Amino acid sequence: MGNGILSLSYLIGSVSFIYGLKMLSHPDTARRGNLYAAVGMTLAIFATIFLYTDKDGVGLGNYTWIFAGLIIGSIIGTIIAKKVLMTAMPQMVSLFNGMGGACAAIISIVEFKHMIHSGVTVADEPVLTTVILLGLVIGTVSFTGSMIAFGKLNGNIRDKMLPMQQVINIGLLVVIFSLLIGIVTGWIGGDNPMGMMYALLAISALYGVLFVMPIGGADMPVVISLLNSFTGMAAAFGGFMYDNSVMLTGGILVGSAGTVLTVLMCNAMNRSLLNVIVGAFGGQQGGGATGASGGTYKEISVSDLAVLMLYSKNVVIVPGYGLAVAQAQHTCHELEKVLDQNGVEVKYAIHPVAGRMPGHMNVLLAEADVSYDKLKEMEEINPEFSQTDVVLVLGANDVVNPAAKKDPSSPIYGMPILDVEDAAHIIVNKRSMKPGYAGIENQLFFEPKTSMLFGDAKDVLNKLVSEIKSIA
Amino acid sequence: MEAIFSFITEHYNYILLLILMVILGFEVISHVPSVLHTPLMSGANAIHGVVIIGAIIVMGQAESDNYLALILGFLAVILGTLNVVGGFVVTDRMLEMFKKKKKN
Repeated sequence: MGNGILSLSYLIGSVSFIYGLKMLSHPDTARRGNLYAAVGMTLAIFATIFLYTDKDGVGLGNYTWIFAGLIIGSIIGTIIAKKVLMTAMPQMVSLFNGMGGACAAIISIVEFKHMIHSGVTVADEPVLTTVILLGLVIGTVSFTGSMIAFGKLNGNIRDKMLPMQQVINIGLLVVIFSLLIGIVTGWIGGDNPMGMMYALLAISALYGVLFVMPIGGADMPVVISLLNSFTGMAAAFGGFMYDNSVMLTGGILVGSAGTVLTVLMCNAMNRSLLNVIVGAFGGQQGGGATGASGGTYKEISVSDLAVLMLYSKNVVIVPGYGLAVAQAQHTCHELEKVLDQNGVEVKYAIHPVAGRMPGHMNVLLAEADVSYDKLKEMEEINPEFSQTDVVLVLGANDVVNPAAKKDPSSPIYGMPILDVEDAAHIIVNKRSMKPGYAGIENQLFFEPKTSMLFGDAKDVLNKLVSEIKSIA
Repeated sequence: MEAIFSFITEHYNYILLLILMVILGFEVISHVPSVLHTPLMSGANAIHGVVIIGAIIVMGQAESDNYLALILGFLAVILGTLNVVGGFVVTDRMLEMFKKKKKN
């Protein structure tokens, strides 16, 4: 009876995951889909606690510990998730993903110890050993990788490249696989492979760090999506280990869906996954090739810009990664309001991958109460640039780079961009002249119509707003 | 060769499940608008928190004198719960923004 109910709960859980994910991919049903999956998960968790029995029919114990863990995790998880700013959402996903990876790795450690201590040797159970160790490796890589991604998005860790980074990474991968095969076949570690298991753990942890370290901060969402599908696979290995259907369904589903999503995100940037992973390489070469063709640029002062904007008919704001980093969405909305009061029409041009976070700009500006009908999609706004007086580019770079249209040798060639160069005046706000994540120079900055406005987006906008208020 | 065949026979159901889920994952995701990429990633992130079930089994089977298993199991339950609860709540907050945006 109990077993039947457990199976039924797992069945409902599995269906809720599949259906939830399906609903999450349509804007109208997304929120309900998330809720369905959460309900299915809760059902599967409680069914496991009360109804799970091992092969000998013995149920689970340590209820106090289990519930204490569940309660502590729920409270901390809810607080973090509720308190976090909208701008910090991507790193939160990364953090929670890392927790899942660590969870999978710990399960593997305990089960491996358990297997060895109960007198079962690796030679008796090669399949089980492989599954446990794969769960360990993938879970650990996902954990340390996600923590680095979290640190990068949070601004604690900078992009770093070791000399020969890619060679070291490939070398580590070879070591990991050799160790894995060695332990399973009994060549390494023999009958007591505990030490080798810890060595595998340590090297996997190191690989996770070095895998994410050189990848540019702006590419982190792609990396997080990839690590997300890794954790899915680790969960699936756990499911195989315990003959647990709901873990298998959920894990494999996320593993495959996560992989597709990663590829889709890369496609939206017109790049390949490989190009993102070894991105730092390609970027440097690109920068070297086109860097020489730069030229001179001119700067504009905040007071000049205030006057220019105030006497324009219409202004289009192009938000990008810099706006998200500076958390300038509220100040940006303020600028829009003050211009609007003075009879200047303001619109926002949203590139589909602005900030490399698909949909991120929409979410950010919605948080600052920017009205939805002021946000214009790329196809809609592009024909309007030729009648626009001033375009203000806030921390966006590659999505307005004309090289995507004109230069077939550019890494971003072919990516659809916002045609800001059609406007009468183009103002670009950046922190410095440093090229964007891909390391490619932007010819737009050297156009005679373009003026640069250096500084943090939030600071600059604050000054601009007070300047406009004082002269209006 | 013999070993491979017996492996396939023994784990036939799982292999079938694996193939079906991979295909399903591809199908479900392949036509999603780019504005939903981030919430979808976050939702999928919460779903792989199902690994918590493994943590609960580890915890529930730990003998009361095996402190290492108890501590690691307890840690795993907390981490898994963080993944599940945090994941679903963050996704819900993101989607809430989308909803508000639509109404305006």
